[in-house]
Amino acid sequence: MKLKDIFNTLIKQTLFIVIGLNLCACNYDDENSIHTKSLVYCSEGTPETFNPQLVTSGTTIDATSKQLYNRLIGFSPKDNSIVPSIAKSWHITRDEKMITFYLRKDVQFHHTDYFTPTRNLNADDVLFSFNRILNKNHPYHFVSGGKYPFFQTVKFKSLVNYVEKINDYTIRFKLNHPDSSFLTNLATDFSVILSAEYADFLAKNNNKAFIDSHPIGTGPFKLKDFRSGSFIRFYRNENYWQHSVQLDQLVFDITPLNTSRLTKLLAKECDVISYPIAHNKIVQHKDFNLDSVTSFNVGYLGFNVTSPPFDNILVRKAISHAINFQAIINIIYSDQAQLAKSLLPESSWAHTDNSAEREYSLKLAKSLMKIAGFSEGFTMDLWAMPIQRSYNPNALKMAKLIQQDLKHIGIKVNIISYEWNTFLRRLSLGEHDAVLLGWSADHPDPDNFFTPLLSCAARFTSGNRTFWCNKEYDKLLAKALATTNLKQRKEYYAKALAIVNDELPLIPIAHSKRYQARINTVKGIILQPFGGIDFSNATKVEKVPQKQTSIKPLTRVKTITKSAH
Amino acid sequence: MLMFTLRRLSLFFFTMVLLSILSFSLSYFFPGDILINLSGEVNASPERLAILADQYKTNGSILNQYIHYIIQIFNGNLGLSLSSKLPNSSEIANLLPATIELSLSALIIAMFIGIPLGFIAAIFHRRQIDNFILSFAIIGYSIPVFWLGLFVILIFSIQLGWFPSAGNISLLFEIKQLTGFMFLDILFSSSPYKWQAFTNALTHIILPASVIALAPATVFIRLARSAMMEVLDTSYIQAAKTKGLTFSQIIYRHAIRNALIKMVRHIGLQFANLVTFAMITEVIFSWPGLGRWLIVSIYQRDYTAIQSGLLVLSSFIFIVHIITDFIYAALNPLARDN
Repeated sequence: MKLKDIFNTLIKQTLFIVIGLNLCACNYDDENSIHTKSLVYCSEGTPETFNPQLVTSGTTIDATSKQLYNRLIGFSPKDNSIVPSIAKSWHITRDEKMITFYLRKDVQFHHTDYFTPTRNLNADDVLFSFNRILNKNHPYHFVSGGKYPFFQTVKFKSLVNYVEKINDYTIRFKLNHPDSSFLTNLATDFSVILSAEYADFLAKNNNKAFIDSHPIGTGPFKLKDFRSGSFIRFYRNENYWQHSVQLDQLVFDITPLNTSRLTKLLAKECDVISYPIAHNKIVQHKDFNLDSVTSFNVGYLGFNVTSPPFDNILVRKAISHAINFQAIINIIYSDQAQLAKSLLPESSWAHTDNSAEREYSLKLAKSLMKIAGFSEGFTMDLWAMPIQRSYNPNALKMAKLIQQDLKHIGIKVNIISYEWNTFLRRLSLGEHDAVLLGWSADHPDPDNFFTPLLSCAARFTSGNRTFWCNKEYDKLLAKALATTNLKQRKEYYAKALAIVNDELPLIPIAHSKRYQARINTVKGIILQPFGGIDFSNATKVEKVPQKQTSIKPLTRVKTITKSAH
Repeated sequence: MLMFTLRRLSLFFFTMVLLSILSFSLSYFFPGDILINLSGEVNASPERLAILADQYKTNGSILNQYIHYIIQIFNGNLGLSLSSKLPNSSEIANLLPATIELSLSALIIAMFIGIPLGFIAAIFHRRQIDNFILSFAIIGYSIPVFWLGLFVILIFSIQLGWFPSAGNISLLFEIKQLTGFMFLDILFSSSPYKWQAFTNALTHIILPASVIALAPATVFIRLARSAMMEVLDTSYIQAAKTKGLTFSQIIYRHAIRNALIKMVRHIGLQFANLVTFAMITEVIFSWPGLGRWLIVSIYQRDYTAIQSGLLVLSSFIFIVHIITDFIYAALNPLARDN
């Protein structure tokens, strides 16, 4: 029978193909090698750019800074003191106005599909990297918008008089005035060293924008491929100067939903995930570990003080009394965070314990509203950020809690959220009434909380979304930076904190830990106490010996005092 | 046949005109500046805006504007996405193949499960197996696709660990995008891990395709069942029976062929349904397709992306309809006269 024959052959062929494919799948040798030499990290968002000089967003810093680049100096993971990196040593003059760095000679830039360097890193590259920020006439200054938010908020331009090349491997910074946070600023994730040779190459090809989208750095990994909203693929830098890198391939799988990240971890599609939910589930499972690091951060509710009625201090104060912050700590942070009494985490040396605790009192809140002339209440837009950060693991849920609380004093809250990049863009235009946001410190110096978040200069960059500006506060910060006397600095910061508490442009909510979860075949420290994550020491093993059952902090911020001089 | 073709073509033409008018009018209905809604260039300089205004003739009459909008579309210019700032046309060209791949796989699964089961049910009409298949069809049809998607992820990805839960291939395999169809790209690629990549892609597509396939498969069961029952009742089957042909001869030689022709048309009609299911499933399984992109665009209020995504997706579905109509007409001469 003709048709029957055809059926029979079809069935035979299908069986053959299925068996053949199974045999392929059984041949695990090759597949194992690709799996043990590669690592998939499920991250929470798409980076805006590949140059950390241009941003302050943690997602971008995670994806770029410690993977692609190095800095002149870095922080020791042990005690946060400043240690050599590209600069093997440095010298500071007695008046603290001249700092000379002596560079290593064996640092190579990435060899990639789009650029092959012909020389090692030298003083020209350092000069290029900093002059791009400092000099408005620099050919690269306005490429990618000409905004350097971190450097603008720390007033880098008015601090550095000039940068000078002494010889090929020596570079000198001349400061206008001594600044106690200068070295820590250079050690942050933002102060990366770019390649001047690559910049020249791009300028010749009239393709300058590539410098930020197709990065060439000196870090442990180089960029291979990137698709916005989908993935970033890094290859190992074979010529990494510091040590040999174990992983062949590092892939950032961009997964904005926290439930998707958890699913991917449980299905073992991701080796490491950022900002996990369901901590208990992960800790109990024998195949996974939960890492945490005490990070320096603050989650806050910020008011747009230019948008009425939030220009009224009484309204801001009323809201601060109407929200049950302890409930937020319990529910949103699962009790894994500290209720913030002030902007500064308690572990900072500049923290002073005289700020009074906010009282949760509807009665007080209502009377404040009445004095302010809003006894009928009003409607406001509360913006909740769409991604998870350690300082705010679930802003939307937090916004809903706040919505419930504020209903009691007659305020109707509309919750608004956009995709992260759109959110940041609209936020900088000041379209919001209030916003749930936060800040992770880039370095241990307390100034990193005060200046980027609330100074007048930060209104125009990206830190100060409250648009609050207080001359007295700015003066105190400047005074604190000009001295190296710790006791004096501490006093200035206490005064600054008192102003913030009085005016309340933002309500600090919590200081939290940063978490990440991983399959226990992944070894090596990835989370860092400051700034972005670091995969340079990560490795993968075939099988895991045994399971650690408790949450084990990888590193602790022990003494902050030491590193701040 | 000529009349039939002309009739279909005129239907195609007028539907396309209506679709493009709808798409064009959206830029007036959406909030914001019309020129920005059309071009997607948010931060354009005044000079650039002048060029764009000339391109789209925003100062001219509505008809003139519409004509220039159509011209831009025919030039392959669908504007820039408001959120990613990339041209919509290239984004769609990247994503549409993934959606087609997923929908086709689902259609094949639905056909290979639904049609034979329907035939079996018809052949064993009013017996236990018929009842069993019918109740399966009704249960299958009533399960919401988003629930089923999450359920199979929970069982097969998390509990059993047999299949991955997201994407169309493990990101570790570096497959260069040539056609956008993952399986073709893998076959064309020079990766040393080609076959592992192929099996990996296969394990990725099984869950989402099966989830999408369930509802159409149950429709196919019922359609195939009634088509077969109709055929079995016809006089030529009775005649064959009296001539003394065996049961299997009747079924294989006469009944299946004639019942299948009736199915072709329905397969085309089911395709629109299937793409709707695919959009939801793409979100659940993070499938990098057009449906997910469109839903994300709606969430981000990315008007240009919504506009062009809708236009492309609906044209695509309509073209599939027309093609199946032609196939049906080619197979079945009776249909050409209607």
